Amino acid sequence: MRPFSINRLTDVNHLSTIDSFDNSRFLAGGTNLVDLMKHQIETPETVVDLSGWESANTIEETDDAYQIGAMVSNTDLANFAYRKDDLSLLSQALLSGATVQLRNRATTGGNLLQRTRCYYFYDTNQPCNKRKPGSGCAAMDGFNRIHAVLGTSEHCIASHPSDMAVAMTALDAKVKTMNPAGNSRHIPVRELYRLPGDTPHIETVLGGDELIVSVDIPKRPRGTQIYRKVRDRSSYAFALVSVACAVSLKDGVIDDISLAFGGVGTMPWHAKSAEDFLRGKTATSHLYEQACDVELSAARGAGSNDFKIPLIKRTAAFVLEQAVGQQMAHPYHQGAIHAR
Amino acid sequence: MAVLTINGQDYALPDDPRTTLLDFLHQHVKLFGAKKGCDHGQCGACTVLIDGERMNACLLLAFQLEGKAVTTIEGIARDEELHPLQKAFVSCDAFQCGYCTSGQICSGVALMNELEQNTPSTVWFESDYTDNEDIKERMSGNLCRCGAYANIIDAVNIARNDKGAS
Repeated sequence: MRPFSINRLTDVNHLSTIDSFDNSRFLAGGTNLVDLMKHQIETPETVVDLSGWESANTIEETDDAYQIGAMVSNTDLANFAYRKDDLSLLSQALLSGATVQLRNRATTGGNLLQRTRCYYFYDTNQPCNKRKPGSGCAAMDGFNRIHAVLGTSEHCIASHPSDMAVAMTALDAKVKTMNPAGNSRHIPVRELYRLPGDTPHIETVLGGDELIVSVDIPKRPRGTQIYRKVRDRSSYAFALVSVACAVSLKDGVIDDISLAFGGVGTMPWHAKSAEDFLRGKTATSHLYEQACDVELSAARGAGSNDFKIPLIKRTAAFVLEQAVGQQMAHPYHQGAIHAR
Repeated sequence: MAVLTINGQDYALPDDPRTTLLDFLHQHVKLFGAKKGCDHGQCGACTVLIDGERMNACLLLAFQLEGKAVTTIEGIARDEELHPLQKAFVSCDAFQCGYCTSGQICSGVALMNELEQNTPSTVWFESDYTDNEDIKERMSGNLCRCGAYANIIDAVNIARNDKGAS
């Protein structure tokens, strides 16, 4: 690890007292950043330590939203969401990610900003446009089984690794941010990430000195919710593909639907075309694959990851069928499908 | 003075902010129970408890833990009396080379608390999961390369029953 100095931030209102954010990184739980610093992929000269930022460690409930502090741990958020029917999707996604050890340390804000696990991004001997702009992409003609098929460019095909961000995309959460000038803004998670284009090293719309303060999730009935994660082993692995789905029916017609994909996109993928295709239609089994085809018409494999296109299609169709089936059997059902 | 409490004793924080908790334990405190396996949060051999919650010591920067209580494998036993899970590991022969065992025991002790507090795991969303599947999922952050898993599940089950009886 390269030497660095520390600035401590215990109150977001003191952001303005930090002299400079040049070559600086916010450090929350560190489950990803410390690892990247060990690999010398991240070499900040200063870290802004957030571990003493107590007020960001709480979940507030208002009449119309859950406000999740940026420093709430993945474990605490999963446990909270488990007991809320309208957040079932979030709990399922969080608990399917990483391990208890990592979830106890990882934070809500940090999870959203974690970096890709592309092998070539991690291997500093390889070219990578995300790590070193303009150096090229070794994944394109390399081992790209885990890489993205949606939102890719000729410069980058790295997939976004977060499960939580996929759930936040489906739940239409918004991040609240603050900058040193004291300006605050709300950014929908669906608009937080940037497609790689020819600048894959710029991953979000956040400024370098802009801090995520909380993630706000609107409270509302969401129907049956499923997070389905497909991976090489049944625990402790990133998704090859994942599907976040919330569906409610009205008289057999798809009334409200949220659909997001993980593992297949260069960012958490909001399957908006599929949603639009399904909304207002009578729920029948042949509909689901058609909706996925609409969403996946722009999908492009790079060789080893071609299988992800049929895999995400079948997984999403299966999840939709399961969720709609639950709605049919139990009209107005909300939350996870539990037998216990 | 900024201190870190390890197994009930206070230690001054290291000067170099790059020091991970794992390296601090080895180099400053001379406690070698928490093992360095992958050093990247992937194997769980360095698992310790921070205020009772299990975490990977290799990814924790010591300076961030000011005021926290760290418990390592050396602090799991009560005086001379082994923790019920330590006894169960012995009686079940739940380890082979033993390198990953201290992380597994720290993880298992936290797991028992998590079950007592009724915190969910991802298998709870399946309709027909078994208790053993739940334990496997919760232990999945501790990777052993020698394949002793079955006995670890027995040990956790025995220790849970012991605790319930005592």
